[in-house]
Amino acid sequence: MLLKLTCLVPLFPLIGSIINGFFGLRIGKNAVGIIAAGSMALSFLTSILVFIGFLLLPEGQHIFEQVVWSWFGAGDFSVDFGFQVDPLTLVMMFVVTGVGFIIHVYAIGYMHEEYSFYRFFAYFNLFASAMLLLIMGNNFLLMFIGWEGVGCCSYFLIGYYFEKKSACDAGTKAFIVNRVGDFAFLLAVMYIFNIFGTIDFSEVMHAAPEKLVYAGEAVTIITMLLFVGATGKSAQIPLYTWLPDAMEGPTPVSALIHAATMVTAGVYMIVRCNALFNLAPMTMLAVAGIGAATAIMAATIGMTQFDIKRVLAYSTVSQIGYMMLACGVGAYTAAIFHLVTHAFFKACLFLGSGSVIHGIHGEQDMRKMGGLKNYMPVTYWTFLVSTLAIAGIPPLSGFFSKDEVLYHALMDGNIIFWGMGISAALLTAFYMFRLVFMTFHGESRVDPNVHPHESPKVMTMPLVILAGLATAGGILGIPLFHGWHILHNWLEPVLHFDLANALHHSEHILHEAGRHAPSWAHLLDPKEHNIWLEMFLMVFSACVAITGIAAAYIFYIKRPDLPEKFTKGQWGFELVQNKYGVDELYDETFVKPTVEASNLLWKECDAKAIDGSVIGTAKIIGWLSKQAQAFQSGFVRNYALFIAVGFISLLLIMF
Amino acid sequence: MFEGSVPIAHYLTLSAVLFVIGIVGVLVRRNVIVVFMSIEIMLNAVNISLIAFDHYLNLSNGQIFSFMVMCVAAAEVSVGLAIIIALHRNKPTVNLDEFNLLKW
Repeated sequence: MLLKLTCLVPLFPLIGSIINGFFGLRIGKNAVGIIAAGSMALSFLTSILVFIGFLLLPEGQHIFEQVVWSWFGAGDFSVDFGFQVDPLTLVMMFVVTGVGFIIHVYAIGYMHEEYSFYRFFAYFNLFASAMLLLIMGNNFLLMFIGWEGVGCCSYFLIGYYFEKKSACDAGTKAFIVNRVGDFAFLLAVMYIFNIFGTIDFSEVMHAAPEKLVYAGEAVTIITMLLFVGATGKSAQIPLYTWLPDAMEGPTPVSALIHAATMVTAGVYMIVRCNALFNLAPMTMLAVAGIGAATAIMAATIGMTQFDIKRVLAYSTVSQIGYMMLACGVGAYTAAIFHLVTHAFFKACLFLGSGSVIHGIHGEQDMRKMGGLKNYMPVTYWTFLVSTLAIAGIPPLSGFFSKDEVLYHALMDGNIIFWGMGISAALLTAFYMFRLVFMTFHGESRVDPNVHPHESPKVMTMPLVILAGLATAGGILGIPLFHGWHILHNWLEPVLHFDLANALHHSEHILHEAGRHAPSWAHLLDPKEHNIWLEMFLMVFSACVAITGIAAAYIFYIKRPDLPEKFTKGQWGFELVQNKYGVDELYDETFVKPTVEASNLLWKECDAKAIDGSVIGTAKIIGWLSKQAQAFQSGFVRNYALFIAVGFISLLLIMF
Repeated sequence: MFEGSVPIAHYLTLSAVLFVIGIVGVLVRRNVIVVFMSIEIMLNAVNISLIAFDHYLNLSNGQIFSFMVMCVAAAEVSVGLAIIIALHRNKPTVNLDEFNLLKW
């Protein structure tokens, strides 16, 4: 049966990683590249087979679990090392293995000059394996292993250029900021175990409506902790600061880990736990609010940055904000839809920026670019297509997914969320075209000694494929006519949630506890799918996108002197350019006290108390042996005396 | 003029006196040769008591044992004198207190 192949999907990259990690230097760069990309290709092909196997499942069965071995057990608690395949997993599998494969191929070209080529690919494959474990694990603990695994690989790869201090610092920052979220995630898993007695996804999600009270304390705490975990991994307020710094890593890393896959793990996790989140309206409000706020805040910062990769990093933060907003208003399909299309166009954008950086020999400052479209046409056109997609121009993929998010923000959320979303869309169109115009159009500001050139085919082919996906990805979710939304129908088994039943159970639980259940009747009012409103919103947001593009055109093509005039000496601009001073704030409030406390612990507790007690013990022993040393005088007659005295005292004792 | 034999107490006293002389010699004298001789005296003091008991109890074990002691003493003398000569080569003295290097 084809589904039996499931466990091979994460195994291939793991094997590739092991081979490259241990023998990479010996087998040469070509072999390393073939093994790395080949393992991803095998993984992708296996995913297709698993997909076919899944389609062949009998009617009504929407989940397949494969227990590889029983991981550990304690009492009546046992955890399996098992994989779970359901529609959501399959979508993620295709994104990770498909986009992952394309980026692996690209990286072969991009990293070719590097000495530690093999090290890069060992980590890269390891990342893919951990990410697949994250999305395919059938319980929270296995997900956590993947969750930590991807964080670890992210750390390795951000610090890939470890000779550079800034790269090391960025890696450390990413790791530590992620720890905050990971800790919350772990607490949530413990709480879940405490309540359900199991951490298996399907069991927990199945039992959730019966064991948890709607809007009760337990579910709110659990989901809040899970959400804090998601903010860490997915770079949302307040834990987003690591992602822009993570751009110190090589560009393929930014594309795969910090745009397409790992940073969307938080969104995936929330969608995976939708049965819990549906029961916690307060958390949902927080998720939506944080998502919308992140979307708009990151977009404003993105407008002011000059480093091409940093702009894209803030753009990623902002787009994940959209996904969170979608999750928060209960539009999980829209979140996953945007996740998928974002993976396509953002991977393409990052790879395109990598191609630009490659073509002008490592320059990342957009002020030293310009006019590159004639030198690198393939990069330019693919970049432009993806930019149009992220800006939300019909009929590219980003248009459909973003509109769906905004539509649901208005219908299921409220007008504030929608307003924030649409403003962020305007800013997105503006800063993305600012990026395009500054990089590819206008006068060339490139260093005259540098001769820009187009990248080799191994790098441009992935760009073309990704641009194609970014164009066509919208097919997954054409929203207008009911029943045409492929992704919606596909994910229905995962997202199916019977609110009436859950509320009924909650009332029952509260009743048994002798408490009064509030009235929830209004929650069950049916919501109508308003096609005309959606049409209107589509046209409106397309207009917004075009406005943003036009503004960028005026500012950066027509009147290149304008940005200077607007921004010079403006404290508001400076504030935004300095990222609202959040980094400095965190430095003052968290980093410095921690460092000082650590110093105190080191110098006072460790060096004085702990080392003192250990060394003190040794000193006491030393002093005692000094005393005993007097007996060993070196005088033979002394020894003879001791023998005699000893013998006599023996005699005295015995008789 | 002596009726019978010398009582055993006399032998034992002689043996004890010689032994104590040997001990005291080992403890108080500084000359290596003299210390060495004192050790021999102690061995021979033991021999005397062994022979005395042997005769008193009318056995032969004691005589055989004293031969063993003599053999040991002979071996000891050869090794001991060799050590003393080796010492003397390193340091032109026979004063035992000068040889106090072997310590920590």
